[in-house]
Amino acid sequence: MKERRLTLALMDPPYESANSTTALRIISAALAKGIDVNVFAYEGAVCLPLKDQAPHANPVKGTTVEQEDHPTTKSFISSLLEIGKDKLTWVNCGLCVDERGAGNVVEGVKRGSPADFFKMASESTNTLVIPTK
Amino acid sequence: MKRYIFIESRDPFESRDTQFVEDTAVAVKERGHEVTVFLVQNGVLAARNSVGRLGRLAEAGVTLLADDFSLRERGIRTEELTPGIRESGIDALVDALVEENTKALWH
Repeated sequence: MKERRLTLALMDPPYESANSTTALRIISAALAKGIDVNVFAYEGAVCLPLKDQAPHANPVKGTTVEQEDHPTTKSFISSLLEIGKDKLTWVNCGLCVDERGAGNVVEGVKRGSPADFFKMASESTNTLVIPTK
Repeated sequence: MKRYIFIESRDPFESRDTQFVEDTAVAVKERGHEVTVFLVQNGVLAARNSVGRLGRLAEAGVTLLADDFSLRERGIRTEELTPGIRESGIDALVDALVEENTKALWH
């Protein structure tokens, strides 16, 4: 069977939009099907794999950090990189990272430029751009 | 013939430009292409039969899919969907995206 490869461009920062959740679901489903996935994170999306993210308690409900079991995008991305191994490539836009001071990211996330996105898109079966509103 | 997938993530009551996606999907279908509209996130709010939307797309022969996860999050049951709209997993979207000769547009 011909190799299938999907590229996604993401722009939303974490915890702002359901777009991030849907994008992570698409990546997960594609990897489960054996499809190669490239992600180019642009603008606020470079904060999705930020290592400094921390789960928190919920003072309104009175729950602890453990009880709340708050999901973080960095954890999802770490898991996807671990599951996908060489089938998932995640590239953060370097300029966007520098602007935001967002260089401390989880292991496996690479630094790149829009030229990488062009190359990814050129080599993919399809490319899906998920823009901010 | 090409395949087109329009991914509609916006609530039609919040974003008036969802009409543009409907118009474009119908126009592309009328030109003989295979067209799917995949409703996700707040886009599934248009899938409720009580809203009376998207019938034009179904009549035009556009394939209409609504993301099951988004439906559950918003408490929309399968029996509430407009006839012609099928509940679907995100897998179906992935399968469609990796079909050859397919163009995808997120809105």
